[in-house]
Amino acid sequence: MTEWDTSKPILEIENLSISFFTRLREIPAVMDFSCSVMPGEAMGLVGESGCGKSTVALAVMRDLGRNGRITAGSIRFKGRDLTHMTEDDLRHIRGKEIAMIYQEPMASLNPAMRVGDQLAEVPMIHRGLSHADAMAQARQIISDVRLPDPDRILRAYPHQLSGGQQQRIVIAMALMAKPALLILDEPTTALDVTVEAGIVDLVKDLGRKYGTSMLFISHNLGLILDVCNRLCVMYSGEAVETGTVTEVFDRMRHPYTQALFRSIPLPGADKNARPLIAIPGNFPLPHERPRGCNFGPRCDYFEAGRCDAATVPMDLVPGSSRHETRCLRWRDIDWAAPPKAGRVTEKLAPGRLVLKLEDLKKYYSVSSGAFGGGAEKVVKANESLSFEARENETLAIVGESGCGKSTFAKVLMGLETATDGQIMLFDENVQDTPIQARNTDTVSKLQMVFQNPFDTLNPSMTVGRQIIRALEIFQKGTSDADRVERMLTLMDMVKLPRAFADRMPRQLSGGQKQRVGIARAFAGGAKIVVADEPVSALDVSVQAAVTDLLMDIQRENHTTLLFISHDLSIVRYLSDRVMVMYLGHVVEMGTTDQVFSPPYHPYTEALLSAVPIADTRVKKRRIVLEGDIPSAMNPPPGCPFQTRCRWKTEVPGDLCDTDLPPVKVMAGGHQIKCHLSDDILNGMEPVISMAADEARG
Amino acid sequence: MLFFILRRSGVMVLTALALTFVVFFMTNLTPNLEKLAKSEASVRMSDDQVASWLDSHGFTRPLLARYGEWLGVVPGWTHTDASGRVTGRCIGPDRAADAAPARCGVLQGEWGQSSVFKRPVSEILARSLGHTGWLMLWVMLVMVPTALLIGVLSGMREGTATDRILSTFAIATTATPEYVSGVILIVVFGSATAGISPILAEWGWISGRTLFQGTATSAMTKITFWNFGLPVITIALYGIGYIARMTRASMTEVMTQQYIRTARLKGVSFAQIIVKHALRNALIAPFTVIMLQFPWLLNGVVIVETLFNYKGFGWTLVQAAGNNDIQLLLACSVVAVLVVLVTQLISDIGYVFLNPRIRLS
Repeated sequence: MTEWDTSKPILEIENLSISFFTRLREIPAVMDFSCSVMPGEAMGLVGESGCGKSTVALAVMRDLGRNGRITAGSIRFKGRDLTHMTEDDLRHIRGKEIAMIYQEPMASLNPAMRVGDQLAEVPMIHRGLSHADAMAQARQIISDVRLPDPDRILRAYPHQLSGGQQQRIVIAMALMAKPALLILDEPTTALDVTVEAGIVDLVKDLGRKYGTSMLFISHNLGLILDVCNRLCVMYSGEAVETGTVTEVFDRMRHPYTQALFRSIPLPGADKNARPLIAIPGNFPLPHERPRGCNFGPRCDYFEAGRCDAATVPMDLVPGSSRHETRCLRWRDIDWAAPPKAGRVTEKLAPGRLVLKLEDLKKYYSVSSGAFGGGAEKVVKANESLSFEARENETLAIVGESGCGKSTFAKVLMGLETATDGQIMLFDENVQDTPIQARNTDTVSKLQMVFQNPFDTLNPSMTVGRQIIRALEIFQKGTSDADRVERMLTLMDMVKLPRAFADRMPRQLSGGQKQRVGIARAFAGGAKIVVADEPVSALDVSVQAAVTDLLMDIQRENHTTLLFISHDLSIVRYLSDRVMVMYLGHVVEMGTTDQVFSPPYHPYTEALLSAVPIADTRVKKRRIVLEGDIPSAMNPPPGCPFQTRCRWKTEVPGDLCDTDLPPVKVMAGGHQIKCHLSDDILNGMEPVISMAADEARG
Repeated sequence: MLFFILRRSGVMVLTALALTFVVFFMTNLTPNLEKLAKSEASVRMSDDQVASWLDSHGFTRPLLARYGEWLGVVPGWTHTDASGRVTGRCIGPDRAADAAPARCGVLQGEWGQSSVFKRPVSEILARSLGHTGWLMLWVMLVMVPTALLIGVLSGMREGTATDRILSTFAIATTATPEYVSGVILIVVFGSATAGISPILAEWGWISGRTLFQGTATSAMTKITFWNFGLPVITIALYGIGYIARMTRASMTEVMTQQYIRTARLKGVSFAQIIVKHALRNALIAPFTVIMLQFPWLLNGVVIVETLFNYKGFGWTLVQAAGNNDIQLLLACSVVAVLVVLVTQLISDIGYVFLNPRIRLS
């Protein structure tokens, strides 16, 4: 193949339109989409679910399935039009010139094939290498993606690797043929933040090393800022704004981009003084898109008769490098104007003590071995948890998967009973009472909002009926009519139209379903609500609205909120106190300010550094943790974090290897479980700092 | 692994004991024994004579003791009649009373005497199992590859014309029981007066009167395509449809998996995707089904062997059941139980090898 002229774009998409055809109708998924990726450039595609960003990626691969069809436009890769290529020609491009990295690494690796064979397949197909040569290359690339013990990994099956290792294998597979373009479709969404940080670093380094261009698809603006040079914001099948990262982040020229940034919790946002501004309304369904500007009905700057008159074209912003916006009014809008002041609310003072945990332990015993039998092992899911929570308070429980936060929620709810220790709920000891044995009053006072609103509602019962059912179980209301009335009041409380009571869950959007989940939780006048990742399954613009709703209800009902999350941005925004967990241990606990500023526990420090922040002014120290979280079945001796701790050398002797650190109480009741001396802890530098606070242009 | 097999084998033995006891109990119910007495001694016996015959042949002993005798863990009964002649379970025409062993049961390899065939049960069983073994072998050789091929072909491109045609065929064959398909096949291919044979004979394309032979009796001495074709097809057809349906379901599911997309997007050709990536994953579920087909074949064998007059296990079972041959029936049940349990064990172990996710780590 002739060398490609590197001054020309490697990928050029022009006026691309893609539709899916069902028996009923044609559903346009992407309309009039254009973008180009230069050699070595990383292009970000941002948008909420359903905006068509993954469809664009699959269109580049020409893998739209049987129903999808490119209806207009062209995709040129190195000057060749992909839209008219035959299957045979495409096979030579797929995997060799364009490679893809997927969202779920476990699902995208063949479970019945050894990792080595899956990797070796690529050069065997595209370069005709022998199996032995291909394996040698696979071994080489495995060390390139920084995986330890390549020989073992080559022989392993995908399920024997951790999520982070699997994603590295998927990346290795994509790099096997040294492609010119790499498409990454939400490559880190299924991973923990500290693992995500490692993967992002790897992708950036490899991009630099091989000069690969990237099309990086994500809903996370912070990640885009980390990885990309340029980005393209998509909304409802259209690109609404495109430009360099700094242009779009700092001088956005489309109302949707602006609204998106205002709805995500950036450092500085505060639930009382500077609340998030949710985007009103809902994402339009593909066949219900409005005339004119798609964002029109949700836009603050909407002008009837102009914005809804005709299809809006992309408009170049003068004096920029290909910065374009799909807005008719961008010249009229004062972009520097501060957002309309949100409702400023008073911070509520913590009230009486409602929940007190003392030395709570939860152990599971499991047997190993595929055929049953084998040695019994004890998994210490929770190890001596002690804390208290008061009325009006939001306590965040933070940690990565496997840290024991969900086990704690189960024990508290009574789905499991504690192995040891005490839980005082109001004035009652409940550690040994399973939920079946708790009385209705206790159950209705302690409720839960679940992570996935899609699975937690009964699909064959109307929304109203499900809330009434909760009222019946909690023995609220005197008659059926009274309960219907109460149900409607609850619908008002979660800001759902009363007419929705007759709808089925499938007719609701994710955010609306979560509102139903909240209404159900509060049906019995809950005093303590455990919210297990309540917004992580929702889109960014909806997250803000649901979070605010929770805060409002909390303020009204003086609820204690236990907010379980791995998303530190949202935790920082809404919680009063934070508890950081690692491998079943509470490693740090304190007020939000104490936890988010030094001194840190070394794990908190790494966690803070790993969270991508969508703000160009934020300067972060980069701390990437090596390795994976140890298995709870086989925790390291001594300090649970010692295997990944970068401060370990600062502790004299082998204290970290042998002794579990004591809880150190710092100024203001700030607790840290670490062997580091006070001097070192107090000398830590902040992870996140703001560059000079200039106003956004 | 070894522990697993040992444990499973232990469970198997227990299951076999329980099941054979149930069969023993059923075949040894009093009316059955009375019928046996009358058929063995004299049809015109009085009730008293029946009772004394039963008593002198050890049938009045407690059920558990008799089950123990049959198993060979309890010493066999002996009976001394008025003339001082000693008879007993282990005493026979070729074994004198003083030379006879105390126990003679299944564990000693003595399965008893068949009352229908007047031969040792072990001999009859060995012969009939041999015949059925050949039948099963050919059925499996025809059924499994055909079924997998149909399943994979229809599952790899769901909803296409190929898929629809093959699926219709599969559903039609599963929906037709052997006693229907067997009769239809005989009429179409093995009848001198109906179907295609008369036409072919008229045209002079076949030398005999029928294309296939409607009976498989000659296959007991020499198996040929023409005498064995119809029974094999009859049993295989049913299984083909069933296994093909399972394979298709599993294949269509695998084809929608993300790792298939991964393979496609790394440039693997469609044929390679099927062979290297989809097949092994798609075969995990049907493997269990194929293993379950073995016991199911016993079922089909009963009908088909009777229909085609092929003196295998199924035919023997029918004869034993129809003629109240207790010893033979018991032996047949032991064989059936073992076939079921052993195939289950093989299927469990094979599953572990096919599916690396449940392999010992």
